[in-house]
Amino acid sequence: MSDETDTPPPLPQSAASARRHDLALRIAVPFLVIALLILIWSAYVKLSGVPPYILPGPVAVANAFVTDWGTLAPALWVTTKITFMSLMLALVGGVGFAIFLVQSRWIELAFYPLAVILQVTPIVAISPLILIYAPSTQVALLICAFLVAFFPILSNMVQGLKSVDHNLINLFELYGASRWQTLLFLKLPAAQPYFMTGLRIGGGLALIAAVVAEFAAGSAGAGSGLAFRLLEAQYRLNIPRLFAALLMLSLLGVAIFAVTSFISWLSLHRWHESSLKREN
Amino acid sequence: MLPAEAQALSPKETRKRSLVVMQSVSKVFSSGTVALSNMSLTVESGEFISLLGPSGCGKSTALRIIAGLGDVTSGAIDWPSSRINSRGLPEGDISFVFQEPTLMPWKNVFDNVHLPLRLRHISKAAAHNQIMEVLSTVGLQDFAKAYPRELSGGMKMRVSIARALVTKPKLLLMDEPFAALDEITRQRLNDDVLRLWKTTGITVIFVTHSVFESAYLSNRIVVMKARPGRVHADLPLTTSLERDAHYRTSEEYRKACETVSHSLIGAINSAEDH
Repeated sequence: MSDETDTPPPLPQSAASARRHDLALRIAVPFLVIALLILIWSAYVKLSGVPPYILPGPVAVANAFVTDWGTLAPALWVTTKITFMSLMLALVGGVGFAIFLVQSRWIELAFYPLAVILQVTPIVAISPLILIYAPSTQVALLICAFLVAFFPILSNMVQGLKSVDHNLINLFELYGASRWQTLLFLKLPAAQPYFMTGLRIGGGLALIAAVVAEFAAGSAGAGSGLAFRLLEAQYRLNIPRLFAALLMLSLLGVAIFAVTSFISWLSLHRWHESSLKREN
Repeated sequence: MLPAEAQALSPKETRKRSLVVMQSVSKVFSSGTVALSNMSLTVESGEFISLLGPSGCGKSTALRIIAGLGDVTSGAIDWPSSRINSRGLPEGDISFVFQEPTLMPWKNVFDNVHLPLRLRHISKAAAHNQIMEVLSTVGLQDFAKAYPRELSGGMKMRVSIARALVTKPKLLLMDEPFAALDEITRQRLNDDVLRLWKTTGITVIFVTHSVFESAYLSNRIVVMKARPGRVHADLPLTTSLERDAHYRTSEEYRKACETVSHSLIGAINSAEDH
């Protein structure tokens, strides 16, 4: 037992302020790097005298971003819609199919190869067929993006559902848990980290697939997405607009990554090793 | 030492109160390994039995078979004094503590202990008092909201024991529960388990490969030998002393350890000769 007169050891010097400092650095450093790259880009354009229809400067791109907003924003909305809808479908389909697959070894043996075949066949190669069979171009794009996002979610979920602590499964068995209870209270929560990995990969791939599928479909008009605007800007040699559309796609990708990472953090930060901070 | 009530019963009455009877149980794994061969064991209500033996002698297999976690290849498990469910088990009467705490890391302590009741459709609110009571029995009433990662190894094991006790089982099966813990924590948890056994009258089957642990805890030690796993000796262990820190340094404990140790050496040697 310690003496009551002992003074407690001093607390680590303002842990909160150290955390704030760390957070500020985490935000500031990437922004500084990006700012530096933009400066280098701007300086190169000015000093090399490269024409703006080959490589526009950052100011010209920013101008195109503002002036072409009316053309690009609806296209961004179309791409965003396709990406998120396909991701949602992939989530429901991937998790549902994974649950179906792990019900028996025979089911997995019979159906898993089909999922693999769908995954390994390049989406650009399947898209002409999908364009023929789908009732509209939008549906075709949705199917393409779904097919690409579906597999990482499926394979991660299958892995997660099969990686549950065997003793916990025994414990559920011992207490007479039904199949449904074991799935709901044990297997699905235990598979969360795997699901979150699938979600993060699937989110990024859904956007890539939505763009690639639109390139393949070559759809045009009012309902077209950012991929068509990219091609259109290239044909017209409107390179600042092309850069602006590219910037929009990057920002959309970053937003998807941020949202999926946040969801992952929300679900895992209290218990999973991947989201825990250690002080040693 | 058996509780006084059990000691006073006649052999016939005691047999009537047998909790579980293993009759010539054999277990052969699909790989061809014979884990158990003709093992017979009768466990009376209120006993604290240790299954002691070297690695691979089938003690954990025997425990899992009693729990219904795996079929027997031949022989039978009988529950003379229990109502049996469709799976051939006295449902609700058995609890299991694994070598690892086996907690759900995404649930806090309260929810982990709630699990067996939740599986019986008993809500958190309805089970609240029962859970807090069992948490206070293991000294964790202030940690109900903590997550497993915030607890030490010993505390996690206490949660596991609390979860096993929350259903008020008749039989507690413990599979080397303290093997991974340090000596101090292990001794403390040994005392906790003994206290729980005395106060609840529960029957305990405790798998261990520690002579000292088995001699300290049990009133009966079943020494097993390997290749194939079977019973080598069945040693009753009675003492008039209270099992506490003083008992650990007593002559009686030393003798008990010596007897058990000799039996274990005999089991190892006879398995090697086999």
